Amino acid sequence: MAHFTKATSLHDWLNQRLGIDTVRRVMATEYWIPKNINFLWAMGMVLAITFGLLLISGIFLLMYYQPNIHLAFDSVNYTIMQEVGYGWLWRHVHGVAASVVFLVIYIHMFTGIYYGSYKKGREMIWISGMLLFVAFSAEAFSGYMLPWGQMSYWAGMVITNLFSMGGLHMDGLVEWIRGDYVPAQAFLNRFFMLHVLLIPLVILGLIGLHFGALRIPHVNNQDGEEIDFEAESKKYLAGDKANSKVIRFMNDFMSKDMMVVGIYLIFFFYLVFYHYDFAMDPVNFDPANGLKTPTHIYPEWYFLWSYEILRPFSTNVGLIAFAFAQVIFFLLPFLDRSPNAVPASRRGLFKYWFWAMLIDMIILTAMGKVPPEGVFSTIGFYAALTFIGLWIALPFITKFEKKV
Amino acid sequence: MKELFILAVVTVFTLVTYYLVEPFAHSHMHKHIESKGFAYADLPALTKKGDAARGKDLVMGAGACTGCHGIKVAGMPAPMDPVTAAQSYGVNPPDLSNAGVVFDPKFLAALIKNPAHALMLEHKYNAKSGKTFPMTQFYGAGGDMDQEVADMVAYLQSIAVPKEKLTPDMAFETACGRCHAIHYEYNLDGKLHPAWTQIGEKPSFKHKQDELAFETKVLDYQDALTKYLGTLPPDLSMYIRSRGEHYIKTFVEDPQAYLKGTAMPRVGVTAEAADKVVEHLENVGDSKRHIRDEVGKNVMIYMFIFAIFAILWKKEVWRDLH
Repeated sequence: MAHFTKATSLHDWLNQRLGIDTVRRVMATEYWIPKNINFLWAMGMVLAITFGLLLISGIFLLMYYQPNIHLAFDSVNYTIMQEVGYGWLWRHVHGVAASVVFLVIYIHMFTGIYYGSYKKGREMIWISGMLLFVAFSAEAFSGYMLPWGQMSYWAGMVITNLFSMGGLHMDGLVEWIRGDYVPAQAFLNRFFMLHVLLIPLVILGLIGLHFGALRIPHVNNQDGEEIDFEAESKKYLAGDKANSKVIRFMNDFMSKDMMVVGIYLIFFFYLVFYHYDFAMDPVNFDPANGLKTPTHIYPEWYFLWSYEILRPFSTNVGLIAFAFAQVIFFLLPFLDRSPNAVPASRRGLFKYWFWAMLIDMIILTAMGKVPPEGVFSTIGFYAALTFIGLWIALPFITKFEKKV
Repeated sequence: MKELFILAVVTVFTLVTYYLVEPFAHSHMHKHIESKGFAYADLPALTKKGDAARGKDLVMGAGACTGCHGIKVAGMPAPMDPVTAAQSYGVNPPDLSNAGVVFDPKFLAALIKNPAHALMLEHKYNAKSGKTFPMTQFYGAGGDMDQEVADMVAYLQSIAVPKEKLTPDMAFETACGRCHAIHYEYNLDGKLHPAWTQIGEKPSFKHKQDELAFETKVLDYQDALTKYLGTLPPDLSMYIRSRGEHYIKTFVEDPQAYLKGTAMPRVGVTAEAADKVVEHLENVGDSKRHIRDEVGKNVMIYMFIFAIFAILWKKEVWRDLH
């Protein structure tokens, strides 16, 4: 058993029992981050803050939400929006944060792709991040079911239908997922459970894994430079802060994070109070009606690119393309055959690959929303082919990349 | 500088995506219809100056309006209760007390002369279908028909509340309330207003039996209405969020422009009454809009101050690092 002495202060008392000085040193003051970074490196903190906002607002909403197909719509739109003090605020924060969190996730992802932060020992950071993306997608979808509006119902219908696997006609699987022939009470209940318990637990676990995965390979930097963290941190601790290539997580990195968070929150709350419609589809303010299909059914904006990869093809081909789109990002560290972990601007053909992929995904996103008619169908079709083609080309163009 | 450039790149891509997904996509998904200012240009202008006293005689007498319509302000109760009226006509004929302020005078005149035409329901009521609109048209009382119609309109205008006294719920009740329910209660000026059914405000009941009896009446009314219109008109509780002000106004102004063949009549409200109807829907479906603006302002001020302190902290911490 460890030896305990009479504590001289509360700090000492806690320190003897919890080792708080060590925790602080390991997690904060001597957790070393490269100095050569820009504001894109703060997206992790922005995501953590946004997730915190989702969690807190979600807890308040959970106190009044009724997971019952007869009560759900009114519990959201009447009880929460009009009766409960500031219920409208929690809902708007929750709805807007659910949309904005994906914007930041995409920025975070493309930052990782641009700077090559998924290779040379950082593969698990990328993979745990992609697992988080999948978990957030499931969280967003299950949450979208809860107000039980027209889009909840019909998006639930369309997306669960995908599990019939087209030509395989696995209708039994669809019924099993829904707990009914159509989305109904059993469906709402289980998506409620997923949204408020199971998926949040998974997300919390994955966030731990994602942070843990950063520890050994360290955060990447703006030039992909390999830093000797040992030597640089000694320089820092010896007082040569200006010449050291590393900074402390606390307060050095944190102060920059909070600056970005401060500016981000201005943007976020502007959306919450003055521009929330983009995140709260008007169609979902009509109560669910299984006998009345909305003219246009489309997912929220952050799912549109993969929806558009599904849509322009025949059923079976579309499903295969869709499945391809869902898993391919996981394989990025292995499809990129180049040893260079430097910004895309210094990587020859990969530079063009990066911008082509970004623009293609924006085109897919736009085409995923407009009705699939005429020229939009054609553009969507070619954009989907381009997406697949770019991924097939990736190993080849990176294999012949010159080492920098 | 480099960071500002990166920020500009991120912002541009974000805005382009936003533009494509929101304004661009929606312009391709929904018909855009501009309001014509509730001018009802297809209806003939009133050429005669009406006389309210003569109009009163016509409305109460030869015009035979009160055979079907109540006029509460003039002491004329509705000849039938709403359920019986709906079972007889399909829909309960409106009380005319405030018709003169809610509806456009030109529209009222056209309605008296040819209801199906003014209401834009000739696709439903015509010689081919053999159906006639429940309200019989006015064939004149023996004099100059245009003058007689102008007199009746003048009378309706004379008994209605003045424009500035027309409240949002009155406008809603007269223009929309016999077909559309609003099942949300709402708070306004510190008072809780009851839910609206097609047969009137839903009272609070002491006894379950009374409540069930009332609900049965509402269901009977809705059955008659459904038979008459082909579908039960939607509850409008959340319409301000699901449709928005622009759609509601332009749809009310000309329902056929959006939904060709719809059973929803053109109700002929004035521009001011349309504003009142929208205000009522806001009071019900977006009741926290004022407090939202107020809280929003304070939160924005707070966030600016927070951001300034965060920037100062960063500058302080990083002074030694550069």
